[in-house]
Amino acid sequence: MKQDATIRAIIVDDEDLARQVIREMLKAHPEIEIVGECANGFDAVKTVAELKPELMFLDVQMPKLDGFEVLELIGNEVAVIFATAYDEHAIRAFEVHAVDYLLKPFRAERLSDALRRAKERIGKKPPAAPDQLAATARSGEYAERIVVKDGTRVHIFPAAKLDYAEAQDDYVALASQGKKYLKQQTISNLESSLDPKNFVRIHRSYLVNLERVARLEPYGKDSHIAILHDGGRLPVSRAGLARLKEFLGEKA
Amino acid sequence: MHPILRNFRALLLYLSAWGPVSAILVYLFASLGGLTWERAIVLAIPLCTVYAFVCLSAWYTCRSMPAGNSSVWLAHLTAGGIASLLWILVARAFASGLSLIASFNGIDQQVSREYPLLFGSGVFLYLLAVALYYVLLSNEAAHDAAKRELEAQALARESELKALKTQVNPHFIFNCLNSISALTTSDPATAREMCIRLAEFLRKTLGLGEKSQIALREELDLVHAYLSVEQMRFGARLKLEESVELATLAYSVPPLLLQPLVENAIRHGIATLTEGGWIRLEIRNGEPGSLAINVENNFDPEAPRRAGANIGLKNVRQRVDAMYAKHAKFDVRAGEGRFQVSMQLPAQTA
Repeated sequence: MKQDATIRAIIVDDEDLARQVIREMLKAHPEIEIVGECANGFDAVKTVAELKPELMFLDVQMPKLDGFEVLELIGNEVAVIFATAYDEHAIRAFEVHAVDYLLKPFRAERLSDALRRAKERIGKKPPAAPDQLAATARSGEYAERIVVKDGTRVHIFPAAKLDYAEAQDDYVALASQGKKYLKQQTISNLESSLDPKNFVRIHRSYLVNLERVARLEPYGKDSHIAILHDGGRLPVSRAGLARLKEFLGEKA
Repeated sequence: MHPILRNFRALLLYLSAWGPVSAILVYLFASLGGLTWERAIVLAIPLCTVYAFVCLSAWYTCRSMPAGNSSVWLAHLTAGGIASLLWILVARAFASGLSLIASFNGIDQQVSREYPLLFGSGVFLYLLAVALYYVLLSNEAAHDAAKRELEAQALARESELKALKTQVNPHFIFNCLNSISALTTSDPATAREMCIRLAEFLRKTLGLGEKSQIALREELDLVHAYLSVEQMRFGARLKLEESVELATLAYSVPPLLLQPLVENAIRHGIATLTEGGWIRLEIRNGEPGSLAINVENNFDPEAPRRAGANIGLKNVRQRVDAMYAKHAKFDVRAGEGRFQVSMQLPAQTA
């Protein structure tokens, strides 16, 4: 019953006029309460963390973080309606379980349709585990940068600066330049978003940047250990060893 | 068409080349044949004139048989022999005609002693003509090949340019229409203004399709029409610094040379900066005879990479390469939050 009352929404778009048109069309839907407006991806992540909206209108191309990166950082608690002039992102948008995809410019009726779908979604269990929602590799492209949220702060670093990643329950710990960042993502999902020529899964729980590996040492009877240039030591499983040798062999 | 009969001057030149030949024949008739100079001249000049025309026929055999193998030369030798025999017949008829005149009495007998000389020089002259025609033919072939190559190059360039013809980025239009859609209720007058500006820009670009060169002034008009629309979308976020040397406005440039670069600057520059950014457009006379164009903008190096990055830039670069080849310079520099495209094009006026 209470869910029917109001839906708290934010509008994320770097263009003032683009936000304005959504705001205006939402006047016909008093059940939607606009609790915030953001002009860039950073603001969007911060606002979601602070205000916990249920619905978000999201543009794709924005300063700082694009719409997909925002989605990667906020998890799947928020129902997302994309609004963009680019039709080429539609497939990816549905892969990350967007409620709808509005092509600018759109009619008020089209927005109402999207809202109807959003209402069906809101209140139900989230459609997928967060990891599936996260960094789905763009067809044929690998992530060039990694975005991590730390409270309301967002860290961005190039994928090449990732030393290794370690699985920790529902999270991965990302090690980069001596710092560690925790991100809600599975290691398999992270692995699939990165270029397999540079990153190798050396263990069920470890993914390593090949360039950081200094050497391999036997460890115990059956396993190995990878020594990194900065002295770090990572366990290598038997399957991981085979994969690693294949790559290091190629490199040599 | 016969290269010598094609125009009168060529024919005159050809016939005058036979002058020395006639002189030699006169000399041969006089010294070897023992004819008087008068008789030698009266005999040799008409004979040479006739034979000059007989030798013209060699062109057709030369054209149908490319030089190269020995059987061709055998054929020419045979043709030369036949031509010489014909010539002897003509000489004989001419001499017997002349002999009817009292002062040329007995010339026909004198000529009949010179048949071997006539035959030998006839064959020689015929082969000389054949050699001349082969030179002309190969000359013509080389000329044709050069012309064809030029035509092929022009055609290739044209088709390349056609393929590269830029079109207005559709996302720009959609975003614009979305802004207009927003303004229709909140600010109808501005909505109308934006419609008009967009229409002006589109009209200018659609008209460019067929042109390969436009005046720089026109291209700048286009850039301004484009920017006046973007200015409405980005407001204070978009700052433009423009410095254009007036003397450059008449130069011809390929259409849509600057607009895609400015659009790039907005999409990958200003659109990435929350606080807005600047575009610097500088156009001036560069090194002597060249037009220097510089488009620079700031951008957020940490911004997410945008889809379709640099397609517009690549297209402009390819078109400049196709149009000016080595005569143009094109530099792209990116670093420290600045992106710069600089060009040196040949300064040409239509």
